[in-house]
Amino acid sequence: MTEHFPVLVIIIPLVLALIAPVAGRLNKIYSWAIALLATLFSFITSMLLLHQVMYNGTISYWMGGWEPPWGIEYVLDYLSAFVLVIVTFLAVAVTIFARHSVTNEIDDNKIPAFYGVYLLFIVGLMGMIVTGDIFNLYVFLEISSLTGYALVAMGKRRKAPLAGFRYLVIGTVGATFILLGIGYLYIATGTLNMADLGARLPGLFNSKLVITAFAFFAIGFSIKIALFPLHTWLPDAYTYAPSAVSALMASTGTKVGAYSFIRIIFTVFGVKVFLNQWVSVPYFFLIIASVAMLVGSILAIAQTNIKKMLAYSSVSQIGYIMLGVFLMNPIGLQGGLLHIFNHALMKCALFLSVGCIAYKTGISNINDLKGLGFKKPYAMAAFTIGALSMIGIPLTVGFVSKWYLALGSLENGMWYLIPVIVISSILMLVYFWRVIDNIYFKAGEPNDVAKIPATPASMIIPTIIVAALCLVFGTLAFIPVSITEKAALLLLG
Amino acid sequence: MDVVTSVKPLYAILISLIAVGLILAFPRKPTFREFFTVISALVTFVMVLSMLPWILQGGILEYHIITVLPGLNIALQVDALGMVFALTASFLWLVTSFYTIGYMRSHYPKDYTGRSVDRFFAFFLIAMTSAIGTAFAGNLFTLYIFYEILTLCTYPLVAYDKTQEALYGAQKYLIHLLGTSLLFFLPAMFLTYYYTGTLDFSTSGILAGNAPDIVLVVTFILFIAGIAKAALMPFHAWLPAAMVAPTPVSALLHAVAVVKAGVFTIIRVVLFIFGADLVQGLNLGYYLAYFAAFTIIVASLIALRQDNLKRRLAYSTISQLSYTILGVALLTPSAITGSVLHLVIHAFGKITLFFAAGAIYVASGKTEISQMNGIGKKMPFTMAAFTIGALSMISIPPAAGFLSKWYLTMGAVEANQLALVAVLALSSLLNAAYFLPIVYRAFLKPVENGEKVKMKEAPAFMVGGLMITAIAVLCLFFAPSVFLELARMIVAAM
Repeated sequence: MTEHFPVLVIIIPLVLALIAPVAGRLNKIYSWAIALLATLFSFITSMLLLHQVMYNGTISYWMGGWEPPWGIEYVLDYLSAFVLVIVTFLAVAVTIFARHSVTNEIDDNKIPAFYGVYLLFIVGLMGMIVTGDIFNLYVFLEISSLTGYALVAMGKRRKAPLAGFRYLVIGTVGATFILLGIGYLYIATGTLNMADLGARLPGLFNSKLVITAFAFFAIGFSIKIALFPLHTWLPDAYTYAPSAVSALMASTGTKVGAYSFIRIIFTVFGVKVFLNQWVSVPYFFLIIASVAMLVGSILAIAQTNIKKMLAYSSVSQIGYIMLGVFLMNPIGLQGGLLHIFNHALMKCALFLSVGCIAYKTGISNINDLKGLGFKKPYAMAAFTIGALSMIGIPLTVGFVSKWYLALGSLENGMWYLIPVIVISSILMLVYFWRVIDNIYFKAGEPNDVAKIPATPASMIIPTIIVAALCLVFGTLAFIPVSITEKAALLLLG
Repeated sequence: MDVVTSVKPLYAILISLIAVGLILAFPRKPTFREFFTVISALVTFVMVLSMLPWILQGGILEYHIITVLPGLNIALQVDALGMVFALTASFLWLVTSFYTIGYMRSHYPKDYTGRSVDRFFAFFLIAMTSAIGTAFAGNLFTLYIFYEILTLCTYPLVAYDKTQEALYGAQKYLIHLLGTSLLFFLPAMFLTYYYTGTLDFSTSGILAGNAPDIVLVVTFILFIAGIAKAALMPFHAWLPAAMVAPTPVSALLHAVAVVKAGVFTIIRVVLFIFGADLVQGLNLGYYLAYFAAFTIIVASLIALRQDNLKRRLAYSTISQLSYTILGVALLTPSAITGSVLHLVIHAFGKITLFFAAGAIYVASGKTEISQMNGIGKKMPFTMAAFTIGALSMISIPPAAGFLSKWYLTMGAVEANQLALVAVLALSSLLNAAYFLPIVYRAFLKPVENGEKVKMKEAPAFMVGGLMITAIAVLCLFFAPSVFLELARMIVAAM
């Protein structure tokens, strides 16, 4: 049984995703329960997988017993098991949160379908993480993208379908670039297995085909992870999606995209080519990442809608991750990987707490948050922790990744990246503190405050837990640090 | 030196936090709140005091809490310098807790049973925890954490009145303090870590020989710019802005805990991260000394022109803080002794002055100096205490301010910086110029028409508090031996 975990972690939720809408016909609650069951199963399984990886090393699973490179291979190593745990954990937290949130925000008759699509989205993400086959990666990418478009469009606001459609158009362009990249690599090497590609590609790096393939991957994934300036789909999508969907997408969607991009860069192409032949590529991306970090934050300052502000802040955070990746040294890469984990936690806490406030009140404007700190103390405390973590105050997770990113920058002698990291933090202080001022320190209208309904515990508790983890892993930082350290060394060979 | 592992410093920090929990657990109960506040302040002080004998014997207490990242530990350490700050802060906190109770009772009578005052006391206690934590921080990382917590938890206190003005002042406060610490202090700490692999304090400094000179200079500048709590110009604007806070906050935090945490951090960085030799070798002390001298004079000049009493005191604080920085920048034994003594003595003197300002405000509603004609006749105790505080600022015996000024001047002579001796003398004159008119106005000018000359003091808790600190200023002149001994130990360890 345990040897089949790498595939079961995908298959079981996939099957349940098909059952959920049907069961929802009997009673809406069943579809939610099935979604919770599926995510819980995946979470527990992925914890066991991470445990196995830590004790027995990398797991390679051959689909149907076919030996790679002919068959499809699932690979669980330090990196994929780690990201899988993050994604499945946050999926559980968001699913618990979703029960009341979704009832509140989505039409009753759509709820069974919602959970079906929702599970498929998670399946797609998990598939992208575990697969060791580049075409299989594309299939899962499409599963998560198509379901993503649908989830965004299910939002209550009138602009939601438009945001979903816009996401669909831009996202499909991105996916097409990735598909072409895969095709070119297949033409050049005749294989689709990542490890096999990694072995065959060196020596072909002068081929225009391979160079074009990388360019296509770079563009495609930049769209998928919303790297500036290809981020335009993201703000509207996060803003108009239902609360639970924003929380899930913001914390896992782009992160898994970034993970896949990392796989392509380090496992398929290998770090050597970037250090020796294509030296301008890392520089180019470091510039893009720096610009993203600053511009995302500046745009966030300009927002009045809190979800949109968080969305622009995600744009800048993607910059942080890419900064770490393209430093191309162990410490910097470790910083980037840590930031995948840390940002997933922080952003999830922030979006969940915003979802708690929006529950039955529909509050989305920053100025309407006045006085809520005392009316909704738990949700707002979670928001504050998330905000402090984003700013990078020590003992929060945000500090840890920024510390490693700065170390990585100096390791390359790029001291000028440190001011970029620091200034971006200051910009975050500016826009998050504006919110905190409204929450706690500006007097609200007493009548408005009195009307606000209580938030159900099923929404508050996951919010608090995720926010608390921002502090736990900021203090006990050695846990993610030791895992990402091994992952970074693995990627850099 | 004997280093002993002890959990005592941790207790000293946690006691106030327990009180915070209790206050929040029993909301809207003023008696409970007052009781917990006073008891926790008392226990904290006793706890700090109980560690004093060991420190005076030349020992050090240590406690390791957790390792966050390799080389980044959260650890506590009690040494002579930390003891000086902790002793001052915890004693003054005990006095202030009475004063605060008196002030809040009479100034916010309606809210006093409400949750907002509960929160006020809770944040005040957290501020104390972080001040003691700053004193007992065992390495720069721990120090930085407490430094940041101190900023964050005093923000609600500054913004307490929730008026437009309070919020504006509080935002200025936060942007200055948190902004500079993220922008400069954090990168400086990071550079230190990158080049040395540790952030532990060492009496000979950790940076020497580990980094190129240019990095050292940049790091030094970043540190000085990043520690805006020390209010070295041009990073001083937060201090006058923070005067919108209720007076106990201005008194304890902005005359003692927050600003002293700033200069304390500068002393730590200069002596224990860079080390005296390195600062001397790179001539950095020289520049820092002149920066401090500039602040001393300019802040005093600005103070001359303030009519609002709290603002005048705020600028006086900015000027006086730079005495401490000047002392440590000169790096001679007398200068460092003077610097450490000034950290203590100024705290006692300035808190007396702020207490008096608050008492005047509560008793008569007056905030501007020009309104205070003849107020000494109505509030003789308050104004007597004010006079002692003012004498200490000007450094006239028998106020303790004379002592620290004496050592600082000797230090300047030792360092052969006669210009700085002149600066210190000029500053005394300026202090006299802006404090003595207040005393003159209070006692010698007749009260304005229509006001009765009748004793009208503030509540006993408040007057009692400021009398105690005023007497302490006199006592420190006659019996400074504990602090002198601690200062001597700091110098000896160099």
